[in-house]
Amino acid sequence: MAEKGVAQVWRRFDSIYNLIGTHCSNCGTYYFPPRLVCPKCRRKGKLEEYKYKGLGKIHTFSIVRQAPENFKRQVPYVVAQVQLDEGPRLTAQIVNIDPEDVKIGMRVRVCFRKITEYGEGGIIVYGYKFEPTMIVTGHE
Amino acid sequence: MSDRVAIVGVGMSKFGELWEKSLREITLEAGMYAIFDADVQGKEIDAISIGNMSAGRFTGQEHLGALAVDMGGLGNIPAYSVEAACASGGAAVRQAYMSIKSGEHDVMLVLGCEKMSDVSQSEAMDTISVASDMDWEGMFGATFPALYAFIARRHMMEYGTTDEQMGKVAVKNHYNAQFNPWAQFQRALPLKVVMNSGMLADPIRVLHSSPITDGAAGLVMCSEERAKEFTDNPVFVDASTQATASLALHDRKDICTMDSVVLSSRRALERANLSIEDIDVFELHDSFTISEIVLTEDVGLAKKGEGGKLVDEGITELKGEFPVNTSGGLKARGHPIGATGVAQIVELALQLRGDAEKRQVEGAEKAMAVNIGGTGATSIVHILGR
Ligand SMILES: [Zn+2]
Repeated sequence: MAEKGVAQVWRRFDSIYNLIGTHCSNCGTYYFPPRLVCPKCRRKGKLEEYKYKGLGKIHTFSIVRQAPENFKRQVPYVVAQVQLDEGPRLTAQIVNIDPEDVKIGMRVRVCFRKITEYGEGGIIVYGYKFEPTMIVTGHE
Repeated sequence: MSDRVAIVGVGMSKFGELWEKSLREITLEAGMYAIFDADVQGKEIDAISIGNMSAGRFTGQEHLGALAVDMGGLGNIPAYSVEAACASGGAAVRQAYMSIKSGEHDVMLVLGCEKMSDVSQSEAMDTISVASDMDWEGMFGATFPALYAFIARRHMMEYGTTDEQMGKVAVKNHYNAQFNPWAQFQRALPLKVVMNSGMLADPIRVLHSSPITDGAAGLVMCSEERAKEFTDNPVFVDASTQATASLALHDRKDICTMDSVVLSSRRALERANLSIEDIDVFELHDSFTISEIVLTEDVGLAKKGEGGKLVDEGITELKGEFPVNTSGGLKARGHPIGATGVAQIVELALQLRGDAEKRQVEGAEKAMAVNIGGTGATSIVHILGR
Protein backbone atom coordinates (compact mmCIF):
# COMPACT_ATOMS: atom_id res chain seq x y z
CA MET A 1 0.00 0.00 0.00
CA ALA A 2 1.09 3.50 -0.39
CA GLU A 3 2.17 3.67 2.74
CA LYS A 4 3.26 7.02 3.82
CA GLY A 5 0.61 8.31 6.14
CA VAL A 6 -1.87 7.17 8.72
CA ALA A 7 -4.46 9.57 7.26
CA GLN A 8 -4.76 7.37 4.18
CA VAL A 9 -6.32 4.68 6.32
CA TRP A 10 -7.93 6.89 8.98
CA ARG A 11 -10.23 8.61 6.49
CA ARG A 12 -11.72 5.23 5.58
CA PHE A 13 -12.27 3.96 9.14
CA ASP A 14 -16.07 3.87 8.81
CA SER A 15 -15.83 1.38 6.00
CA ILE A 16 -12.86 -0.58 7.23
CA TYR A 17 -14.07 -0.90 10.85
CA ASN A 18 -17.83 -0.97 10.47
CA LEU A 19 -18.43 -2.17 6.93
CA ILE A 20 -20.24 1.00 5.98
CA GLY A 21 -20.86 1.30 2.28
CA THR A 22 -23.49 3.08 0.23
CA HIS A 23 -26.96 2.38 -1.09
CA CYS A 24 -28.54 4.28 -3.98
CA SER A 25 -32.15 5.02 -3.12
CA ASN A 26 -32.85 5.97 -6.73
CA CYS A 27 -32.04 2.56 -8.26
CA GLY A 28 -31.77 0.41 -5.15
CA THR A 29 -28.21 -0.79 -5.74
CA TYR A 30 -25.89 -1.49 -2.81
CA TYR A 31 -22.21 -0.59 -3.06
CA PHE A 32 -19.21 -1.71 -1.13
CA PRO A 33 -16.66 -0.17 -1.06
CA PRO A 34 -18.73 3.03 -0.83
CA ARG A 35 -19.05 5.00 -4.04
CA LEU A 36 -19.20 8.75 -4.50
CA VAL A 37 -21.20 8.41 -7.72
CA CYS A 38 -23.78 5.73 -8.56
CA PRO A 39 -22.55 4.36 -11.92
CA LYS A 40 -26.12 3.40 -12.88
CA CYS A 41 -27.78 6.75 -12.14
CA ARG A 42 -24.86 9.17 -12.07
CA ARG A 43 -26.28 12.65 -11.34
CA LYS A 44 -29.75 11.26 -10.60
CA GLY A 45 -28.33 8.90 -8.00
CA LYS A 46 -29.08 9.35 -4.28
CA LEU A 47 -26.35 7.69 -2.27
CA GLU A 48 -26.79 7.16 1.43
CA GLU A 49 -24.69 5.32 3.98
CA TYR A 50 -25.53 1.71 4.58
CA LYS A 51 -24.07 -0.59 7.24
CA TYR A 52 -23.67 -4.11 5.86
CA LYS A 53 -24.77 -7.09 7.91
CA GLY A 54 -21.40 -8.68 7.28
CA LEU A 55 -22.71 -12.00 5.98
CA GLY A 56 -21.88 -13.55 2.66
CA LYS A 57 -20.21 -16.35 0.80
CA ILE A 58 -16.86 -16.96 -0.84
CA HIS A 59 -16.96 -16.20 -4.56
CA THR A 60 -13.32 -17.07 -5.28
CA PHE A 61 -10.09 -17.21 -3.29
CA SER A 62 -6.36 -17.75 -3.32
CA ILE A 63 -3.73 -18.88 -0.83
CA VAL A 64 -0.98 -16.27 -0.91
CA ARG A 65 2.50 -17.83 -0.53
CA GLN A 66 4.65 -14.87 -1.59
CA ALA A 67 3.72 -11.46 -0.29
CA PRO A 68 5.16 -7.98 -0.16
CA GLU A 69 6.79 -6.65 3.02
CA ASN A 70 3.54 -5.61 4.77
CA PHE A 71 2.08 -9.10 4.59
CA LYS A 72 5.18 -11.31 4.69
CA ARG A 73 4.65 -12.37 8.29
CA GLN A 74 1.15 -13.71 7.57
CA VAL A 75 2.14 -16.06 4.72
CA PRO A 76 0.49 -18.40 3.84
CA TYR A 77 -2.86 -16.64 4.13
CA VAL A 78 -6.18 -16.87 2.34
CA VAL A 79 -7.52 -13.86 0.49
CA ALA A 80 -10.92 -14.02 -1.17
CA GLN A 81 -13.71 -12.19 -2.89
CA VAL A 82 -16.69 -12.33 -0.57
CA GLN A 83 -20.13 -11.90 -2.06
CA LEU A 84 -22.13 -10.00 0.55
CA ASP A 85 -25.78 -10.99 0.97
CA GLU A 86 -26.86 -7.49 -0.08
CA GLY A 87 -25.15 -7.96 -3.48
CA PRO A 88 -21.72 -6.38 -3.77
CA ARG A 89 -18.43 -8.23 -3.56
CA LEU A 90 -15.36 -7.19 -1.61
CA THR A 91 -11.81 -8.45 -1.20
CA ALA A 92 -10.71 -9.64 2.24
CA GLN A 93 -8.74 -12.27 4.09
CA ILE A 94 -10.40 -15.43 5.39
CA VAL A 95 -9.32 -16.51 8.88
CA ASN A 96 -10.12 -19.13 11.52
CA ILE A 97 -9.85 -21.98 9.05
CA ASP A 98 -7.12 -24.18 7.59
CA PRO A 99 -6.33 -22.66 4.15
CA GLU A 100 -6.75 -26.11 2.56
CA ASP A 101 -10.36 -26.33 3.79
CA VAL A 102 -11.57 -23.10 2.18
CA LYS A 103 -14.10 -23.63 -0.61
CA ILE A 104 -16.02 -21.53 -3.11
CA GLY A 105 -19.58 -21.02 -1.85
CA MET A 106 -18.65 -21.31 1.85
CA ARG A 107 -20.72 -19.05 4.15
CA VAL A 108 -18.66 -16.45 6.00
CA ARG A 109 -19.19 -13.58 8.39
CA VAL A 110 -17.20 -10.49 9.15
CA CYS A 111 -14.72 -10.28 12.03
CA PHE A 112 -12.41 -7.55 13.20
CA ARG A 113 -8.68 -8.23 12.96
CA LYS A 114 -5.26 -6.71 12.50
CA ILE A 115 -4.81 -6.30 8.74
CA THR A 116 -1.18 -5.27 8.57
CA GLU A 117 1.64 -3.28 10.04
CA TYR A 118 3.44 -0.86 7.84
CA GLY A 119 5.92 1.93 7.59
CA GLU A 120 8.97 2.66 9.71
CA GLY A 121 6.87 3.31 12.80
CA GLY A 122 5.05 -0.02 12.47
CA ILE A 123 1.61 1.55 12.22
CA ILE A 124 -1.00 -1.12 12.80
CA VAL A 125 -4.09 -1.19 10.63
CA TYR A 126 -7.21 -2.99 11.90
CA GLY A 127 -10.17 -3.83 9.76
CA TYR A 128 -12.44 -6.50 8.33
CA LYS A 129 -11.57 -10.09 7.65
CA PHE A 130 -14.08 -12.93 7.28
CA GLU A 131 -14.45 -16.29 9.03
CA PRO A 132 -16.61 -19.33 8.24
CA THR A 133 -20.00 -19.14 9.96
CA MET A 134 -19.97 -22.90 10.66
CA ILE A 135 -17.13 -22.41 13.14
CA VAL A 136 -19.57 -20.34 15.17
CA THR A 137 -22.86 -22.11 14.54
CA GLY A 138 -21.56 -25.65 14.17
CA HIS A 139 -23.27 -26.24 10.80
CA GLU A 140 -23.34 -24.72 7.34
CA MET B 1 -5.63 14.46 -41.69
CA SER B 2 -3.56 11.42 -42.45
CA ASP B 3 -5.36 8.44 -43.92
CA ARG B 4 -3.29 5.69 -42.47
CA VAL B 5 -0.55 5.56 -39.90
CA ALA B 6 2.56 3.53 -40.72
CA ILE B 7 5.24 1.82 -38.68
CA VAL B 8 8.57 2.28 -40.42
CA GLY B 9 11.08 1.29 -37.76
CA VAL B 10 11.31 -1.06 -34.79
CA GLY B 11 13.89 -1.51 -32.04
CA MET B 12 14.39 -3.29 -28.75
CA SER B 13 16.88 -3.27 -25.93
CA LYS B 14 17.82 -6.66 -24.56
CA PHE B 15 15.15 -7.89 -22.10
CA GLY B 16 16.31 -9.34 -18.78
CA GLU B 17 17.80 -8.37 -15.44
CA LEU B 18 20.23 -5.80 -16.76
CA TRP B 19 22.23 -4.88 -13.67
CA GLU B 20 24.80 -2.92 -15.66
CA LYS B 21 22.30 -0.68 -17.43
CA SER B 22 20.16 2.21 -16.25
CA LEU B 23 16.63 3.16 -17.30
CA ARG B 24 17.94 5.91 -19.55
CA GLU B 25 20.47 3.62 -21.23
CA ILE B 26 17.97 0.91 -22.16
CA THR B 27 15.40 3.49 -23.32
CA LEU B 28 17.99 5.20 -25.51
CA GLU B 29 19.10 1.83 -26.89
CA ALA B 30 15.59 0.84 -28.01
CA GLY B 31 14.97 4.28 -29.51
CA MET B 32 18.26 4.31 -31.44
CA TYR B 33 17.62 0.86 -32.90
CA ALA B 34 14.15 1.95 -34.03
CA ILE B 35 15.61 5.10 -35.61
CA PHE B 36 18.39 3.14 -37.37
CA ASP B 37 15.88 0.56 -38.55
CA ALA B 38 13.72 3.31 -40.06
CA ASP B 39 16.77 5.09 -41.41
CA VAL B 40 15.17 8.34 -40.30
CA GLN B 41 17.16 11.45 -39.43
CA GLY B 42 16.76 12.88 -35.94
CA LYS B 43 15.61 16.22 -37.33
CA GLU B 44 12.61 14.60 -39.00
CA ILE B 45 11.16 13.30 -35.75
CA ASP B 46 8.70 15.88 -34.51
CA ALA B 47 7.50 14.31 -31.22
CA ILE B 48 8.01 11.43 -28.81
CA SER B 49 5.44 9.42 -26.91
CA ILE B 50 6.74 7.26 -24.09
CA GLY B 51 4.92 4.63 -22.01
CA ASN B 52 5.97 3.76 -18.50
CA MET B 53 4.11 2.57 -15.42
CA SER B 54 6.15 3.41 -12.39
CA ALA B 55 9.68 4.69 -12.97
CA GLY B 56 9.09 6.95 -9.98
CA ARG B 57 8.81 3.97 -7.66
CA PHE B 58 11.16 1.59 -9.45
CA THR B 59 14.00 4.07 -9.99
CA GLY B 60 13.04 7.43 -8.46
CA GLN B 61 12.87 9.11 -11.88
CA GLU B 62 9.77 10.65 -13.42
CA HIS B 63 9.39 13.14 -16.29
CA LEU B 64 10.43 10.52 -18.83
CA GLY B 65 9.28 12.49 -21.86
CA ALA B 66 11.88 15.19 -21.33
CA LEU B 67 14.45 12.58 -20.38
CA ALA B 68 13.93 10.70 -23.65
CA VAL B 69 14.16 13.81 -25.84
CA ASP B 70 17.25 14.98 -24.01
CA MET B 71 19.09 11.62 -24.02
CA GLY B 72 18.29 11.16 -27.69
CA GLY B 73 19.72 14.58 -28.53
CA LEU B 74 16.43 15.50 -30.14
CA GLY B 75 16.48 19.14 -29.12
CA ASN B 76 13.20 20.83 -28.28
CA ILE B 77 10.50 18.56 -29.70
CA PRO B 78 7.49 17.83 -27.48
CA ALA B 79 7.26 14.54 -25.60
CA TYR B 80 4.20 12.88 -24.10
CA SER B 81 4.61 10.49 -21.21
CA VAL B 82 1.61 8.20 -20.77
CA GLU B 83 0.63 5.74 -18.06
CA ALA B 84 -1.98 2.97 -18.05
CA ALA B 85 -0.34 0.44 -15.72
CA CYS B 86 0.72 -2.67 -17.70
CA ALA B 87 -0.92 -1.14 -20.79
CA SER B 88 1.30 1.96 -20.72
CA GLY B 89 3.21 0.78 -23.80
CA GLY B 90 0.04 0.26 -25.81
CA ALA B 91 -1.13 3.68 -24.64
CA ALA B 92 2.07 5.25 -26.01
CA VAL B 93 1.50 3.57 -29.38
CA ARG B 94 -2.10 4.79 -29.41
CA GLN B 95 -1.03 8.30 -28.39
CA ALA B 96 1.27 8.43 -31.44
CA TYR B 97 -1.40 6.92 -33.67
CA MET B 98 -3.90 9.62 -32.66
CA SER B 99 -1.34 12.42 -32.96
CA ILE B 100 -0.34 11.39 -36.48
CA LYS B 101 -3.87 10.61 -37.58
CA SER B 102 -5.02 14.06 -36.46
CA GLY B 103 -2.27 15.71 -38.48
CA GLU B 104 -0.68 17.29 -35.43
CA HIS B 105 2.56 15.32 -35.90
CA ASP B 106 4.12 13.60 -38.92
CA VAL B 107 6.94 11.40 -37.67
CA MET B 108 7.05 10.17 -34.10
CA LEU B 109 9.32 8.06 -31.97
CA VAL B 110 7.33 5.76 -29.66
CA LEU B 111 9.02 4.31 -26.61
CA GLY B 112 8.07 2.01 -23.77
CA CYS B 113 10.33 1.22 -20.86
CA GLU B 114 10.57 -0.15 -17.33
CA LYS B 115 13.57 -0.76 -15.11
CA MET B 116 12.36 -3.14 -12.40
CA SER B 117 15.49 -4.73 -10.98
CA ASP B 118 16.83 -1.69 -9.12
CA VAL B 119 14.53 -2.50 -6.18
CA SER B 120 14.20 -5.67 -4.08
CA GLN B 121 11.79 -8.43 -5.11
CA SER B 122 9.40 -7.44 -2.35
CA GLU B 123 9.45 -3.74 -3.28
CA ALA B 124 8.89 -4.73 -6.91
CA MET B 125 5.88 -6.80 -5.85
CA ASP B 126 4.54 -3.83 -3.92
CA THR B 127 4.95 -1.55 -6.90
CA ILE B 128 3.31 -3.98 -9.35
CA SER B 129 0.20 -3.87 -7.12
CA VAL B 130 -0.38 -0.22 -7.98
CA ALA B 131 -2.04 -1.51 -11.16
CA SER B 132 -4.90 -2.88 -9.04
CA ASP B 133 -7.26 -1.06 -6.65
CA MET B 134 -4.79 -0.31 -3.87
CA ASP B 135 -7.34 0.96 -1.32
CA TRP B 136 -9.71 -1.99 -1.56
CA GLU B 137 -7.70 -4.92 -2.95
CA GLY B 138 -4.00 -4.34 -2.27
CA MET B 139 -4.51 -3.06 1.26
CA PHE B 140 -6.32 -6.24 2.26
CA GLY B 141 -3.50 -8.51 1.16
CA ALA B 142 -4.58 -9.29 -2.40
CA THR B 143 -1.28 -9.40 -4.28
CA PHE B 144 -1.30 -9.04 -8.06
CA PRO B 145 -0.83 -12.81 -8.56
CA ALA B 146 -3.69 -13.40 -6.07
CA LEU B 147 -6.06 -11.34 -8.23
CA TYR B 148 -5.22 -13.48 -11.26
CA ALA B 149 -5.60 -16.52 -9.02
CA PHE B 150 -9.18 -15.33 -8.32
CA ILE B 151 -9.81 -15.45 -12.06
CA ALA B 152 -8.04 -18.79 -12.51
CA ARG B 153 -9.92 -20.51 -9.69
CA ARG B 154 -13.30 -19.39 -11.04
CA HIS B 155 -12.29 -20.36 -14.57
CA MET B 156 -11.30 -23.82 -13.34
CA MET B 157 -14.56 -24.25 -11.45
CA GLU B 158 -16.91 -22.90 -14.12
CA TYR B 159 -15.24 -24.35 -17.23
CA GLY B 160 -12.97 -27.14 -16.05
CA THR B 161 -9.76 -25.39 -17.03
CA THR B 162 -6.79 -27.30 -15.61
CA ASP B 163 -3.40 -26.73 -14.04
CA GLU B 164 -1.96 -28.60 -17.00
CA GLN B 165 -3.58 -26.24 -19.53
CA MET B 166 -2.24 -23.21 -17.69
CA GLY B 167 1.17 -24.91 -17.72
CA LYS B 168 1.02 -25.58 -21.45
CA VAL B 169 0.71 -21.85 -22.17
CA ALA B 170 4.06 -21.31 -20.41
CA VAL B 171 5.61 -24.21 -22.34
CA LYS B 172 4.37 -22.81 -25.67
CA ASN B 173 5.61 -19.30 -24.99
CA HIS B 174 9.02 -20.50 -23.83
CA TYR B 175 9.30 -22.62 -26.96
CA ASN B 176 8.73 -19.50 -29.11
CA ALA B 177 11.17 -17.40 -27.09
CA GLN B 178 14.00 -19.73 -28.10
CA PHE B 179 13.83 -18.10 -31.52
CA ASN B 180 13.62 -14.51 -30.27
CA PRO B 181 17.09 -12.98 -29.76
CA TRP B 182 15.65 -10.27 -27.48
CA ALA B 183 13.79 -12.60 -25.13
CA GLN B 184 14.67 -12.89 -21.46
CA PHE B 185 14.37 -16.70 -21.43
CA GLN B 186 15.58 -18.20 -24.69
CA ARG B 187 15.10 -21.77 -23.57
CA ALA B 188 12.46 -24.45 -23.61
CA LEU B 189 10.54 -25.19 -20.43
CA PRO B 190 9.26 -28.74 -19.88
CA LEU B 191 5.64 -29.06 -18.74
CA LYS B 192 6.73 -31.19 -15.78
CA VAL B 193 8.92 -28.37 -14.48
CA VAL B 194 6.03 -25.88 -14.73
CA MET B 195 3.65 -28.29 -12.99
CA ASN B 196 6.15 -28.91 -10.20
CA SER B 197 6.96 -25.25 -9.65
CA GLY B 198 5.85 -23.81 -6.33
CA MET B 199 2.62 -21.95 -5.73
CA LEU B 200 2.82 -18.16 -5.84
CA ALA B 201 -0.86 -17.69 -5.02
CA ASP B 202 -2.86 -20.91 -5.50
CA PRO B 203 -3.71 -21.94 -8.18
CA ILE B 204 -1.11 -19.68 -9.83
CA ARG B 205 2.35 -21.25 -9.85
CA VAL B 206 5.65 -19.40 -10.03
CA LEU B 207 6.10 -20.56 -13.64
CA HIS B 208 2.63 -19.35 -14.65
CA SER B 209 3.81 -15.81 -13.98
CA SER B 210 5.72 -13.35 -16.12
CA PRO B 211 9.09 -12.40 -14.62
CA ILE B 212 10.66 -9.19 -13.32
CA THR B 213 12.31 -7.63 -16.37
CA ASP B 214 14.28 -4.57 -17.40
CA GLY B 215 13.76 -3.52 -20.97
CA ALA B 216 12.65 -0.98 -23.52
CA ALA B 217 11.13 -1.07 -26.97
CA GLY B 218 10.75 1.54 -29.68
CA LEU B 219 8.93 2.28 -32.92
CA VAL B 220 9.08 4.99 -35.54
CA MET B 221 5.56 5.83 -36.71
CA CYS B 222 4.54 8.28 -39.40
CA SER B 223 1.84 9.26 -41.85
CA GLU B 224 1.32 7.11 -44.94
CA GLU B 225 2.62 9.88 -47.22
CA ARG B 226 5.91 10.09 -45.36
CA ALA B 227 6.34 6.33 -45.01
CA LYS B 228 7.73 5.80 -48.51
CA GLU B 229 10.61 8.16 -47.73
CA PHE B 230 11.87 5.69 -45.15
CA THR B 231 10.95 2.20 -46.31
CA ASP B 232 9.38 0.22 -49.09
CA ASN B 233 8.14 -2.32 -46.56
CA PRO B 234 5.88 -0.35 -44.19
CA VAL B 235 3.38 -1.88 -41.83
CA PHE B 236 0.12 -0.05 -41.24
CA VAL B 237 -2.08 0.39 -38.20
CA ASP B 238 -5.47 -0.80 -39.41
CA ALA B 239 -7.14 -0.06 -36.07
CA SER B 240 -6.32 1.28 -32.63
CA THR B 241 -8.94 1.01 -29.89
CA GLN B 242 -9.16 1.25 -26.13
CA ALA B 243 -11.74 0.43 -23.48
CA THR B 244 -12.07 0.47 -19.71
CA ALA B 245 -13.60 -1.81 -17.06
CA SER B 246 -13.83 -1.49 -13.27
CA LEU B 247 -10.51 -0.86 -11.52
CA ALA B 248 -11.22 -3.50 -8.87
CA LEU B 249 -11.80 -7.05 -10.04
CA HIS B 250 -14.49 -7.60 -7.37
CA ASP B 251 -16.75 -5.04 -9.07
CA ARG B 252 -17.17 -7.21 -12.19
CA LYS B 253 -20.24 -9.36 -12.57
CA ASP B 254 -18.19 -12.07 -14.31
CA ILE B 255 -14.52 -12.06 -13.33
CA CYS B 256 -13.67 -14.59 -16.06
CA THR B 257 -14.52 -12.10 -18.82
CA MET B 258 -12.67 -8.85 -19.44
CA ASP B 259 -15.37 -6.61 -20.92
CA SER B 260 -12.72 -4.06 -21.84
CA VAL B 261 -11.03 -6.66 -24.07
CA VAL B 262 -14.31 -7.86 -25.60
CA LEU B 263 -15.31 -4.28 -26.48
CA SER B 264 -11.96 -3.02 -27.73
CA SER B 265 -11.20 -6.10 -29.83
CA ARG B 266 -14.67 -6.16 -31.41
CA ARG B 267 -14.43 -2.48 -32.23
CA ALA B 268 -10.93 -2.91 -33.69
CA LEU B 269 -12.09 -5.72 -35.97
CA GLU B 270 -15.03 -3.58 -37.11
CA ARG B 271 -12.79 -0.62 -37.88
CA ALA B 272 -10.36 -2.80 -39.80
CA ASN B 273 -13.29 -4.51 -41.50
CA LEU B 274 -12.00 -7.93 -40.52
CA SER B 275 -13.22 -10.92 -38.59
CA ILE B 276 -11.10 -12.74 -36.03
CA GLU B 277 -10.36 -15.57 -38.49
CA ASP B 278 -8.61 -13.05 -40.75
CA ILE B 279 -5.90 -12.42 -38.17
CA ASP B 280 -2.76 -14.45 -38.83
CA VAL B 281 -0.72 -13.78 -35.70
CA PHE B 282 -1.45 -12.50 -32.19
CA GLU B 283 0.33 -10.98 -29.22
CA LEU B 284 -2.01 -11.39 -26.22
CA HIS B 285 -1.08 -10.08 -22.77
CA ASP B 286 0.02 -13.18 -20.82
CA SER B 287 1.15 -11.59 -17.55
CA PHE B 288 -0.09 -14.89 -16.11
CA THR B 289 -0.86 -17.90 -18.28
CA ILE B 290 -4.54 -17.72 -17.26
CA SER B 291 -4.72 -14.25 -18.84
CA GLU B 292 -3.69 -15.66 -22.23
CA ILE B 293 -6.45 -18.26 -21.88
CA VAL B 294 -9.05 -15.61 -20.96
CA LEU B 295 -7.90 -13.27 -23.74
CA THR B 296 -8.14 -15.92 -26.46
CA GLU B 297 -11.79 -16.24 -25.41
CA ASP B 298 -12.46 -12.52 -25.12
CA VAL B 299 -11.06 -11.66 -28.57
CA GLY B 300 -13.18 -14.46 -30.03
CA LEU B 301 -10.60 -17.13 -30.87
CA ALA B 302 -12.42 -19.53 -28.57
CA LYS B 303 -15.86 -19.63 -26.99
CA LYS B 304 -16.00 -18.54 -23.35
CA GLY B 305 -14.57 -21.36 -21.27
CA GLU B 306 -12.78 -23.08 -24.15
CA GLY B 307 -9.49 -21.19 -24.03
CA GLY B 308 -7.85 -24.12 -22.27
CA LYS B 309 -9.00 -26.53 -24.97
CA LEU B 310 -7.50 -24.21 -27.59
CA VAL B 311 -4.10 -24.74 -25.97
CA ASP B 312 -4.60 -28.52 -25.81
CA GLU B 313 -5.37 -28.58 -29.52
CA GLY B 314 -2.19 -26.69 -30.39
CA ILE B 315 -4.13 -24.02 -32.28
CA THR B 316 -2.16 -21.17 -30.69
CA GLU B 317 1.28 -22.75 -31.22
CA LEU B 318 3.82 -21.26 -33.61
CA LYS B 319 2.81 -23.74 -36.33
CA GLY B 320 -0.85 -23.75 -35.32
CA GLU B 321 -3.74 -22.09 -37.10
CA PHE B 322 -3.70 -18.96 -34.91
CA PRO B 323 -0.23 -18.47 -33.39
CA VAL B 324 -0.32 -16.50 -30.12
CA ASN B 325 2.74 -14.86 -28.61
CA THR B 326 5.33 -15.83 -31.20
CA SER B 327 7.76 -13.53 -29.37
CA GLY B 328 7.55 -15.65 -26.22
CA GLY B 329 4.97 -13.29 -24.75
CA LEU B 330 5.26 -11.62 -21.40
CA LYS B 331 6.03 -15.00 -19.89
CA ALA B 332 9.27 -15.68 -21.77
CA ARG B 333 10.18 -12.53 -23.70
CA GLY B 334 9.87 -10.79 -20.33
CA HIS B 335 7.53 -8.12 -18.97
CA PRO B 336 9.18 -4.75 -18.38
CA ILE B 337 5.77 -3.29 -17.64
CA GLY B 338 5.78 -0.05 -19.64
CA ALA B 339 7.73 -1.61 -22.52
CA THR B 340 5.43 -4.58 -23.08
CA GLY B 341 2.78 -2.91 -25.23
CA VAL B 342 5.43 -1.48 -27.55
CA ALA B 343 7.35 -4.78 -27.68
CA GLN B 344 4.13 -6.52 -28.81
CA ILE B 345 3.93 -4.14 -31.78
CA VAL B 346 7.63 -4.64 -32.56
CA GLU B 347 7.04 -8.39 -32.78
CA LEU B 348 3.96 -8.06 -35.00
CA ALA B 349 5.65 -5.55 -37.31
CA LEU B 350 8.55 -7.98 -37.75
CA GLN B 351 6.10 -10.77 -38.50
CA LEU B 352 4.29 -8.71 -41.14
CA ARG B 353 7.55 -7.57 -42.72
CA GLY B 354 8.70 -11.18 -42.93
CA ASP B 355 11.66 -10.41 -40.63
CA ALA B 356 10.80 -12.74 -37.73
CA GLU B 357 13.37 -15.32 -38.80
CA LYS B 358 12.97 -18.71 -37.14
CA ARG B 359 9.68 -17.74 -35.54
CA GLN B 360 8.21 -16.34 -38.77
CA VAL B 361 4.55 -17.09 -39.41
CA GLU B 362 4.57 -17.67 -43.17
CA GLY B 363 2.59 -15.16 -45.19
CA ALA B 364 1.27 -13.23 -42.20
CA GLU B 365 -0.76 -10.27 -43.42
CA LYS B 366 -2.87 -9.21 -40.45
CA ALA B 367 -1.89 -9.13 -36.79
CA MET B 368 -3.52 -8.22 -33.48
CA ALA B 369 -2.02 -7.06 -30.18
CA VAL B 370 -3.96 -6.88 -26.92
CA ASN B 371 -2.24 -5.05 -24.08
CA ILE B 372 -4.11 -4.90 -20.76
CA GLY B 373 -3.59 -2.87 -17.61
CA GLY B 374 -4.24 -4.21 -14.11
CA THR B 375 -6.71 -7.09 -14.17
CA GLY B 376 -8.15 -5.81 -17.44
CA ALA B 377 -9.31 -2.38 -16.24
CA THR B 378 -7.64 -1.02 -19.37
CA SER B 379 -7.48 -2.82 -22.70
CA ILE B 380 -5.70 -1.45 -25.74
CA VAL B 381 -5.98 -3.26 -29.06
CA HIS B 382 -4.02 -2.69 -32.24
CA ILE B 383 -4.57 -4.41 -35.57
CA LEU B 384 -1.70 -4.16 -38.01
CA GLY B 385 -1.69 -4.96 -41.70
CA ARG B 386 0.47 -4.81 -44.78
ZN1 LIG C 1 -28.38 4.46 -8.60
